[in-house]
Amino acid sequence: MADNKFAAYICSGCGIGDTLDIAGLEKIATREGKMALVKSHPFLCNAEGVQLIKDDIEKEAVTHICVAACSRRAKTEAFNFPTVSMSRANLREGVLWVVAEGAEHDEVRQEMAEDYIRMGCAEVKKMSLPQGNAKRDQTQNKTILVVGGGMSGMTAALASAEAGYEVALVEKTAALGGFAGKLWKRVPFSSPYADPQATGVAEMAAKISANGRIKVHLNTTVAETGGAPGRFKVKLAQESGVVNDMTVGAIIQASGFTPYDMAKLPELGAGQANVVDQAGLEAMACAANGGAIKRADGKEVKSVVFVQCAGQRDETGTHLAYCSGHCCATSIKQAMYFKDANPEVDTVVVYDDLRVPGMGEDFYRSAQKKGVVFTKGKASKVTGGDSCKVEFTDLILDEPTSVDADLVVLATGQVANAGVNLDAWTEVNTAAEGGNEEAKQKRSEMKTISVLNLDYRQGPDVPQFKYGFADSHFICFPYETRRTGIYAAGPMRRPMDMLQATEDATGAAMKAIQAVENAAQGRAAHPRAGDLSYPIVRLEGCTQCKRCTVECPFGAIDEDEKRFPVFNEERCRRCGTCMGACPVRVISFENYSCDTVGMQVKAVNVPDEDEEKPRILILACENDAYPALDMAGVQRLTYSAYVRAIPVRCLGSVNTIWITDALNQGFDGVMMMGCKKGDDYQCHFVKGSEMAYYRLSKIGDTLTQLGLEPERVVTEEVAITDNARVAKLINDYAAQLNDLGLSPMKGFG
Amino acid sequence: MSDLNTQAVARYKNNFLREVEERVEEGNMVKMCMQCGVCAGSCPFGPHWQHSPQKIFMMIRAGKREELLTSDSMWMCTSCYNCIVRCPRKLPITHIIHGLANYAHRLKLVPKGQPTRDVTKLFWDNLMKVGRINELTFSLALYFKDGLVQGIKNSLAMQSAGLGLLKAGRLNPMEIFGGHKCKEQSGIHRMIAKAREIEDGRRGLLA
Repeated sequence: MADNKFAAYICSGCGIGDTLDIAGLEKIATREGKMALVKSHPFLCNAEGVQLIKDDIEKEAVTHICVAACSRRAKTEAFNFPTVSMSRANLREGVLWVVAEGAEHDEVRQEMAEDYIRMGCAEVKKMSLPQGNAKRDQTQNKTILVVGGGMSGMTAALASAEAGYEVALVEKTAALGGFAGKLWKRVPFSSPYADPQATGVAEMAAKISANGRIKVHLNTTVAETGGAPGRFKVKLAQESGVVNDMTVGAIIQASGFTPYDMAKLPELGAGQANVVDQAGLEAMACAANGGAIKRADGKEVKSVVFVQCAGQRDETGTHLAYCSGHCCATSIKQAMYFKDANPEVDTVVVYDDLRVPGMGEDFYRSAQKKGVVFTKGKASKVTGGDSCKVEFTDLILDEPTSVDADLVVLATGQVANAGVNLDAWTEVNTAAEGGNEEAKQKRSEMKTISVLNLDYRQGPDVPQFKYGFADSHFICFPYETRRTGIYAAGPMRRPMDMLQATEDATGAAMKAIQAVENAAQGRAAHPRAGDLSYPIVRLEGCTQCKRCTVECPFGAIDEDEKRFPVFNEERCRRCGTCMGACPVRVISFENYSCDTVGMQVKAVNVPDEDEEKPRILILACENDAYPALDMAGVQRLTYSAYVRAIPVRCLGSVNTIWITDALNQGFDGVMMMGCKKGDDYQCHFVKGSEMAYYRLSKIGDTLTQLGLEPERVVTEEVAITDNARVAKLINDYAAQLNDLGLSPMKGFG
Repeated sequence: MSDLNTQAVARYKNNFLREVEERVEEGNMVKMCMQCGVCAGSCPFGPHWQHSPQKIFMMIRAGKREELLTSDSMWMCTSCYNCIVRCPRKLPITHIIHGLANYAHRLKLVPKGQPTRDVTKLFWDNLMKVGRINELTFSLALYFKDGLVQGIKNSLAMQSAGLGLLKAGRLNPMEIFGGHKCKEQSGIHRMIAKAREIEDGRRGLLA
């Protein structure tokens, strides 16, 4: 490899040159930044400026460049030099636009710009060009495995095959169709949303069997899954006992739902004659085949009552706490089964809130036109038998009342088939590994409901979110589970109706395709799609503490027999949470490491105590907080010129060494800005910001030992829209530090 | 109670919704109500109704026939049309409320002395006599509807208004002798009778 040659380019456009002393900045880059080549240009992002850099790369053999111009988020197309390592010093959004105007601020403004030049030069020196996953020749499999042959699974299989990918479709029963296959008709998907439609299951199954790219495995389950995107190794177990090994590139889990067990609702007539759930009514409708629907005793149903939210939206904690989203439309559809066959049948829907997402309001109106009666009420008791009775409180007239019927249908909700709950699993597994026989027994029992049987150290299925549904980054990346290359589709990730499930399945198929393509090129999947860097670990320094394996939000790291971490690069999302976790700092990326950030921290020129100029380090998540800082600049919101902001991939990647270094060096405060954590997390890497908070909660004691106030390190949740708030946060914190006084550590660094 | 009421009860049994659909003006739209309550919230007289429009629609579905038709709720409507304008389901609520009032009147279920009904009836009877309203006789009929003593009290209370109208030439005392009439009175009577026959036939109200 040729020698490294470093160059810095300072842009004086966008008013930078009018306000800042460019010659002074050039001097800093040369003398302190130790750049071999330092040039300035009045319009660096135009063709001429870009050509200047390109020429230097070609003719002067420049390998590392620091572009001191606008934010790293701006002009990314102009400043795109894939053959060299590049850092960006943010002079425009980071200095010019956020420091108050006027000559009295010239000094601090220039100091801020100089520090960013020092930081940019220090960062790029520690960077090298990412080479991509070295093992990518082993990750070339592009087959997509779809687990589940219901509406979601069939849609995902067809979408993937139509896009040109080989598909293996695994279904544990003897036929495709899943829950949709048991329906008489489905809710309409298109205008005029007036009548129930044929399910289309048979047509889809025919299309699948006619598609040469799709191989259907009926009566088959997934006995074991290992590997990573582009090289998943799965064992498909047939009912007969035959096990087939297979390699696939990505997995779509469409394992569907089970209706909530109505036996748990004895007060609503469970187990009594002529009280059925929605699935039971579908079976009756299929048997009637379009004619009059008959009860089990053969009597034609002349009056029917639908009880909505049966065992759902339960606040007592006994039943499902959530709304399943589809049941109102399903009851409307089922009431139409009766009305369409015979308009004289009395159909009453007792509902609390009628929730019909999508274009369901039209469907609801259509049912009203057909004479279905909707009564707002809460059912308290259902009595079955020859003449059923539903007792309920009329919520409009506010009085107890009842209605008689030949048949009562309970709208029970959806329970996800998402496999094993990993939180429960971890507990049992830890006990079992400790030799507890009872736990071993329980572990085998738990595993019987596993869908994927992953051999990951983190457990056999994808992590779950609320109420047993699979986590699937609900705010930014639906379908994305915390297991890279495995995508969740349909009602196993959240309650939904059939139309939503088909949309979900299409989305998941697209994600799976991206995953196999990225894996084949040795690149990261979302949200750093295309990132060629990956974690490199110096195993000789590893203390086998397992923090990286435990904290990785994506289960990317396994352990070998000697308990060393084994990185599965293809599973990695490049968030750097492992790097932040590592106490001995042996994990790094080629272009992002403890050094690239640590050297920036050390490059900042911290003034002596008598200058009375504090310094605040901001470690800002590059996904939300850093853009918010940039936007504050775009809106010309001013904030303290004493801050020095460094973007980080995720707050989870923040290694506490950076904070210690900063404080030792005389920084007066450290602000960490990351995304919202918790149940309504906004972290792109799901657990990154949570990890950062957790780690910070333990740093207080260390600070006290150093003789520092705990307020010297703060963590804030910042959303991408918080541009005004972020400026206020900074100013408030600067004022707080002012009250606290300068750091006693100055001058020791 | 009337024969018409007895017949209706026999005919529709407990299916009040169907009765309303067939016999009340725009009654076929009642089933389209989605119980959002915007009508009840929009009604300027809302707090004074025993049953809000929203509840009236629910009572129809719940089969509360007697309770609704004998209530004076639908007589509280001032025809401001706020509810029609705001109804997200486009129900002609004002028309339905009037239709229900009219139906209750036809079945003779309206509570005695309901003032809106009494004024409306006086107005209609006055109008039908000669084909146009006689303001003097209508006013007097209204004042004296509760007897002679109350009538004199009412007249004295309205004395200055009456004298003012007289001075301004807006009230002709000679109207007491019959006043203006339409040219073709018998024609109007025949026309109204025919319209009523058609309407009643359509609504199944013919005896």
